[in-house]
Amino acid sequence: MKLFRRLLPWILLAFAFFILPVILDDFRLNLFGRYFSLAITALAIDLIWGYTGLLSLGQGIFFSLGGYAAAMYLMLNTKSEAGGNGIPKFFENYGVDQLPFFWQPFWSPISTLILIWLIPAVVAGLVGYLIFRNRIKGVYFSIITQAALMVFYHFFNGQQKLINGTNGLKTSTTELFGMLVGSADMQGWLYRLTVLLLPLAFLVCRYFTSGRFGDALIAIRDDETRLRFTGYNTVPFKTIVFIVAGILCGISGALYTVQSGIVSPQYMSIAMSIEMVIWVAVGGRGSLVGPIIGAVLVNYLRSLVSEALPEMWLFVQGALFIFVVVLMPDGIYGWFTKGGFSKLLAAFGIAPKTPIYPRLDREVVPVSEGRAISKD
Amino acid sequence: MTTPLLEINDVSVSFDGFFALTDLSLSLYPGELRSVIGPNGAGKTTFLDVITGKVKPLKGTVKYLGDSLVGLSEHQISRRGIGRKFQTPRVFENLDVIRNLELAASPAKGPFALLSQAIPPSARDNVHRLLDYVGLAPYARVQAGSLSHGQKQWLAIAMLVAQSPQVLLLDEPVAGLTDEETVRTAELIKSLAGDHTVLVIEHDMEFIRDLNAPVTVLHQGRVLTEGSLDDVQKDPRVIEVYLGQSQD
Repeated sequence: MKLFRRLLPWILLAFAFFILPVILDDFRLNLFGRYFSLAITALAIDLIWGYTGLLSLGQGIFFSLGGYAAAMYLMLNTKSEAGGNGIPKFFENYGVDQLPFFWQPFWSPISTLILIWLIPAVVAGLVGYLIFRNRIKGVYFSIITQAALMVFYHFFNGQQKLINGTNGLKTSTTELFGMLVGSADMQGWLYRLTVLLLPLAFLVCRYFTSGRFGDALIAIRDDETRLRFTGYNTVPFKTIVFIVAGILCGISGALYTVQSGIVSPQYMSIAMSIEMVIWVAVGGRGSLVGPIIGAVLVNYLRSLVSEALPEMWLFVQGALFIFVVVLMPDGIYGWFTKGGFSKLLAAFGIAPKTPIYPRLDREVVPVSEGRAISKD
Repeated sequence: MTTPLLEINDVSVSFDGFFALTDLSLSLYPGELRSVIGPNGAGKTTFLDVITGKVKPLKGTVKYLGDSLVGLSEHQISRRGIGRKFQTPRVFENLDVIRNLELAASPAKGPFALLSQAIPPSARDNVHRLLDYVGLAPYARVQAGSLSHGQKQWLAIAMLVAQSPQVLLLDEPVAGLTDEETVRTAELIKSLAGDHTVLVIEHDMEFIRDLNAPVTVLHQGRVLTEGSLDDVQKDPRVIEVYLGQSQD
């Protein structure tokens, strides 16, 4: 059993990498690629919300910045997209004949690969530092991040001449390595890339949440003032975590963009960023497995419901969120690890009920056992 | 006469026109143990807030080893060696006991140090020594949130000691403790005095008597009187503020 638990992540990874592309058709595989890329965003939100207690409603900013960076590179480097001046065709619609200066670095694949995470990192660093230095926290933090999101949304929406405004940038008709990005082969490779990057994101989050740095994050969540009086300056801790989350969201957004075929300001809509939080709440915050489960499950459900009853999804999502908040406050994963499943069986008389009081001859079992924040 | 370790001079604090502290002066000398009492609203907690940087005084100076503390942030003051225990036992509930203590005991408190370095062995030994001392060793791996109130108080005090501060400011260290725990806390505090400078705020007079230390009485943001507990208790002004007798 222990060996099985040890091997489980590898089995799942191998399954996702080798088996899923074989058994799923191209359309489904592409959807799963999107779910896995969204799971990286869920991990990022868990890092700042589940561990550090900072509920950001503006992660869509970093997600979109990463997406736009990837899309701009693809637009510039596709012959069929180029108009008369050698710059993307859509510029002609607005009478722009000079490439805006900030497009320049996206000619190069290397600088694009850097900027996909560097731009979100810089924005997150600036926004985060200013917020945290001024000791804005709790619900005010959430409101400010949402306000920042709206600023970005309206800016991107209104700037046709710079980034095609509300139309967004279409990537499915662009080319990468001589292949159409929207083609089934390319999507297969992008799926595999996502499957490899998701565990990496997981490891990054584990690096930051385990050990003493992770302890400090949990201490910030539990009682930040107390930690300050213990001699910790909490500002750099929170800023670092916010930057890491921004980077992960940027990478996630880039992966999602190339697999969904478009990036548009809709990725910065308020609803999208709130949905990201819902994935984490449903999956289980404060653990690193929960958000992945949540993002994949909720989005899979979304696809299923949208295919069957296109109008129903928002109701289902709302009901799901209420269900989880009321009945599973620790999310699916938290419910599971805290013995929710055996309690459920016991309620139906299938499994034996556990004694309410621990037996005296037993060892003291740490309460933290089984929760992700304790590591043995 | 030696120079004071901590010197509060003429400090006033105002919250929207209400003066929580008015021209308060108090000096602590190295190794001293001092009790501070006073009725509710006397400004006892605000007084600690001023020293530890949570509240900026309207006027007056707070000097530690000759340097002004006014304007420094909480973590800077803490790192200089002034530790504080809060009125309610504030511990990190979702961390286990030993991790609570390790956070406090860690000499390096920057994010990169915490990412890259393990806790030094000396700090780790210190943590284990403190765990044994406060009797929490069997609970080392238990989440702090599931401890009893008394155990949390002890953990909070142990965390404070783990910071190895010069000055310990204890806000109601025995609130909610059993009699036995109170006696043990008094012993602990007395053993800390000498090496450390300790200031204790308490309502429990038995405990104050146990400490056998000079008492400062605060009332309406001012020092009402100072002296031994017996002298202070005989003082008619102290009786008045505590019992609300009108002056004849």
